[in-house]
Amino acid sequence: MRIVMTPEDMSRTLSRMAHEIAEKFNREIAQAVMVGIRTRGLPLAQRLQALLRDVTGVTLPLGVLDITLYRDDLTQIGPAPLVRKTELPFRVTDRPVFLIDDVLFTGRTIRAALDELVDYGRPRTVRLFVLIDRDHRELPIQADVVGQFVATELDEIVHVLLRETDGRDGVVVTRRTEPLDLEALV
Amino acid sequence: MANRLLIRGGRVIDPAQDLDDVRDVLIEDGVIREVAPRLPTPPETTVLEARGLIVAPGFIDMHVHLREPGEEDKETIETGTRAAAAGGFTAVACMANTNPVNDTAAVTQWILERARAVGVVRVYPVAAVTRGLQGQELTEMGELADAGAVAFSDDGRPIRSAQVLRCALEYSRITDRVVIDHCEDPDLTQGGAMNEGYYSSLLGLPGMPPEAEAIIVARDIFLARRTEAPVHIAHVSTRAAVELVRWAKQKGLPVTAEATPHHFTLSDRAVYERPYDTNLKMNPPLRTEDDVAAVVEGLADGTIDAIASDHAPHRLDDKRVEFDLAAFGVIGLETAVALALDRLVHTGRLSLRRMVELFTVGPARVLRLPTPTVAPGRPADLTLIDPDQTWTYRVEASFSRSRNSPFDGWTFRGRAVQTIVGGRVVFEAPAQQEGRRGRK
Amino acid sequence: MTGRTEPTLDMTSPGQWHRRHLLAIEPLSREEILTVLDVAAAMKEISQRDVKKVPALRGKTVVLLFFEPSTRTRTSFEIAAKRLSADTVSFSVSTSSVSKGETFLDTVLNIQAMAPDAIVVRHRSAGAPYFITNYIDACVINAGDGSHEHPTQALLDAMTVRERLGRLDGLKVAIVGDILHSRVARSNVFLWHKMGSEVWVCGPPTLLPPVFRQWPVRVTYRLEEALEGADVIMVLRLQLERHISLRFPSIREYFQRYGLTRERLKYAKEGVLIMHPGPMNRGIEIESEVADGPYSVILYQVANGIAVRMAVLYLLLGGATG
Repeated sequence: MRIVMTPEDMSRTLSRMAHEIAEKFNREIAQAVMVGIRTRGLPLAQRLQALLRDVTGVTLPLGVLDITLYRDDLTQIGPAPLVRKTELPFRVTDRPVFLIDDVLFTGRTIRAALDELVDYGRPRTVRLFVLIDRDHRELPIQADVVGQFVATELDEIVHVLLRETDGRDGVVVTRRTEPLDLEALV
Repeated sequence: MANRLLIRGGRVIDPAQDLDDVRDVLIEDGVIREVAPRLPTPPETTVLEARGLIVAPGFIDMHVHLREPGEEDKETIETGTRAAAAGGFTAVACMANTNPVNDTAAVTQWILERARAVGVVRVYPVAAVTRGLQGQELTEMGELADAGAVAFSDDGRPIRSAQVLRCALEYSRITDRVVIDHCEDPDLTQGGAMNEGYYSSLLGLPGMPPEAEAIIVARDIFLARRTEAPVHIAHVSTRAAVELVRWAKQKGLPVTAEATPHHFTLSDRAVYERPYDTNLKMNPPLRTEDDVAAVVEGLADGTIDAIASDHAPHRLDDKRVEFDLAAFGVIGLETAVALALDRLVHTGRLSLRRMVELFTVGPARVLRLPTPTVAPGRPADLTLIDPDQTWTYRVEASFSRSRNSPFDGWTFRGRAVQTIVGGRVVFEAPAQQEGRRGRK
Repeated sequence: MTGRTEPTLDMTSPGQWHRRHLLAIEPLSREEILTVLDVAAAMKEISQRDVKKVPALRGKTVVLLFFEPSTRTRTSFEIAAKRLSADTVSFSVSTSSVSKGETFLDTVLNIQAMAPDAIVVRHRSAGAPYFITNYIDACVINAGDGSHEHPTQALLDAMTVRERLGRLDGLKVAIVGDILHSRVARSNVFLWHKMGSEVWVCGPPTLLPPVFRQWPVRVTYRLEEALEGADVIMVLRLQLERHISLRFPSIREYFQRYGLTRERLKYAKEGVLIMHPGPMNRGIEIESEVADGPYSVILYQVANGIAVRMAVLYLLLGGATG
């Protein structure tokens, strides 16, 4: 097991990401909406929303995507994964969409998210912000802002832990067979 | 040269003689010659070792549908009697609802001739009470009895009119033959598919109330009292019917009854547990646990005179349909004795002797047949039983032409292992399937 | 629909779904029912989008096998399947070879040969969907079998109540009408009992025989008693063609005793929900003023029907099947 981010690392990283977003997409921010990808993309989007408000004074509208129904591996996995609500309480057409997820890996989740987004309208732009880029892309997809690049093996799992969903912050990498020891993070 | 068979060392259970002991039985030319604790083996005699087996008078199934003439794709006299032999029966009484209906002496004679030609066990035709089973005009009972009909029944359907039944009972007295009634009030059961009760309400199936049986049983009992003619209640299935018959017998009325193995084994809960399995659809339908208990009590205390299978073969096409459209009835010749042993004797609810009675002297008395007994001078009709052999019934291996058994795949303790008709072994069970106990 | 709400994290963890068929409510657990309702709540949003279609069941074929006419249930399933990108094929009595005397089994085997992924079946015989499962590889969904069950109807009723009242337990649910022959009543009785609500059934005794006292319900022949303090009233459709004269003497007397009128509503709780599985016999089992009144959620039931059927199709067909 490797610890990639401590709680302090995470808050520093998110803060840096907010600044980077504000700088890079300065001209889009006023019109933009934020969309987190379930599950952990949503709390990350909420945190970035707050950080961006501190940096820019703008509170971006926030929505959430559940991409389950757009997965390309539905017929290959066990029982149907449960679906939660997609909630986009705004129109996306002609607006910049800031898409947020915890880990960028094969790119397939983002492909699904893009497909779902365009069913809601035609965004002017879509930007992708991820906390961790672990490499091993299978599709031509890249993030616009990355919290941290982590070199991983294919048989490793990147665990992003968040207070909102897991009771604590941190990022650890384990082998697929290795148990996750949360106490090591404290 | 005499044809001799010596059955050695079996436990002879013969209720007619009040005998339950080890005996050797010598058969010569189809007739029982001698019964004694130990017999010498005459020359040129086939010896059948029967140690550990029960030797009983030949079993009679007094309620069977052989379907011939007319529906030979369901069953024939040949296949039906072969199945009977495999179940341990040396004789069957076959119901009149064939095509043509057995309502004339010609049909009765034809059945008897056919049975002589291809039958494996003895066949006793039951003739119709009314022409064409229409419930209106009486058949020529005198001539039918002379031709060989052992009883009269419109089985498959009830005799709807009390007045018709009354006349039938009165008129039947010229023959010394019993009228067998299928007791069901057709108005109350119209459209019904299973017993009316909790499970029919769960399954949303139209019900057949148990009272539809009881009401007609009561009617028949009172008509037997009025006419002083014997009436036999086919396949009693409800507590109320059992109690009515018990009352009638206490009053000394000429009323007898039979029950089927499915009615003493299965309840209507089975239709819920095996949802909509059409092999659980029969008439009368499977009733409640309480009714099952009442039938068993009736068998034990003498209220019910006979166990009869109501063997009712049906085409696959008539069973592989929606439950409410499926044909009523199940086959049962091959499983009746095993169910009686497994469900009644081994559970301590019935003695072996009482079981033998229910398959021998019981039905014989109802049908006015000679009393079955293992005694010198009597035809050598014998049923040999291994009460402990464990075996599994596979309907695909059935001798019947039909496959509509609710007991496919059931494992039983006990079975008939040899069936002997007129001194000839007409069925021999394969050796113990998973050698629990070897025989020599 | 209201739109401007903040998205919620919703970390409650509903149970998994492992069934191949949806044949009845009776065997389902409380958790399984909640799983369907949770997924249905997510599905409902899809019908509010510009593009009302998700690719989840692309390439799947759903056969709608209707042996009884039922435009609304069939249409509801058809829309549900299409919103999940499944292909649908309709077989109904008038167009299929059933009218040419083909047996049920032959029809089923012919459909099996077309290799569908799911069969939605409506049939006049109780148990017909069970029958199909013996001969076919596809998932089978019961869309109403005789007097047995109509599971998706009860699920959509529950979804509607949950949306409106925010709960499924501790309610008094009154079901009124032909209980004996109603598949909607059966499915709802099982569902509400499992969810911890009290179910009252009410109707003329000819349509509510004493055997129903063995059910987990309260039985009454007096409508006022059933309505007393009710949170939900389900009015069943009276099958006029079938029972009039023997089961009850006249429509007039039925309406007098069991018709849901404005006056009778005063016995129920304030804000009671009025439901009806449709199609309604106005002026027979329900007064128009009640059917169209403020407490009626009949049209919400229709909208939720699509969401529930999407959830069921997705749970049976999404993921690896077979």
